[in-house]
Amino acid sequence: MDATYAAPGAKPGRFLHRFANPGRFLRLAARVQPFLTWPALILTAIGLTWGLSPALSPADWQQGDTMRIMYIHVPSAILAEGGYWALAACSFISLVWRHPLADLAAAEISPIGAAVTAVCLATGSLWGEPTWGTWWVWDARLTSVLVLFFLYIGHIMVVRAFDDPQRGYRAAAILALVGAVDLPIIKYSVVWWNTLHQAASITLTGAPTMDSRMLWPLGVSALGISLGFGALLTANLRAAVMERRTRSLLMAQAERTA
Amino acid sequence: MTHLPYILAAYAVFAVIAVVLVVGAQFRLRRASKRLRAVDPRARTDGRV
Repeated sequence: MDATYAAPGAKPGRFLHRFANPGRFLRLAARVQPFLTWPALILTAIGLTWGLSPALSPADWQQGDTMRIMYIHVPSAILAEGGYWALAACSFISLVWRHPLADLAAAEISPIGAAVTAVCLATGSLWGEPTWGTWWVWDARLTSVLVLFFLYIGHIMVVRAFDDPQRGYRAAAILALVGAVDLPIIKYSVVWWNTLHQAASITLTGAPTMDSRMLWPLGVSALGISLGFGALLTANLRAAVMERRTRSLLMAQAERTA
Repeated sequence: MTHLPYILAAYAVFAVIAVVLVVGAQFRLRRASKRLRAVDPRARTDGRV
């Protein structure tokens, strides 16, 4: 095992540290990758086509066909928040157990998370203009999601702001954990404040207030786009592990020749 | 279909960002694998044992 990846004295995270071995991680990730990529492509194509088809999925009685933006907007909103939960979890694991892959995973989640949050904001704006009559309004839901986007951007910048990568990862992990306070604010913003944004149509506790002909394509596209997020993260994480290993091998070579 | 330009714009935003992310990840993975094999020819990056 490469010394760079060893993390001595980390007994509570022993299970997680099994995957700190870059060779083991690369083998596992390469095997998992096709099981994420192909279902992601197929399910996203099916879900979005289903959602766009007036014959299969009806238009909303009030909003008309604009609600078809939902099949992209809602999955990207779920992933914007879900991605940040994953970022916060990786940051916690990194700070507590010093798991080297948690650092890399956090650094790889933030650009993808920023991209899905940008999609969520852009599609929300495109949905808002014909529905509300405005591209943007500073209500609690929209503003808290914009803050989430800036948290992702901040994380990307802090990771790269230090000469010593470990200091960058540590500072970014603290930022990510502090920023996690925005997640409950996003979720309950439509409850705590009077917002232009509608309340949730799907909750864990109650029955969905949406027609099943809309709910099914939404579920399929959400699953497909989520698997796509996982596939992208896995591919970038594999690349990051290889890049780190290449750097440590080059440094070891330089030390031997010096 | 009502409001078609808005719907098409939303799907286009998603498609463009998805393509950029997928192509970027693919290029990065290929480059990282190539560089690692150049430094350590024994390194297997394809998941095979």
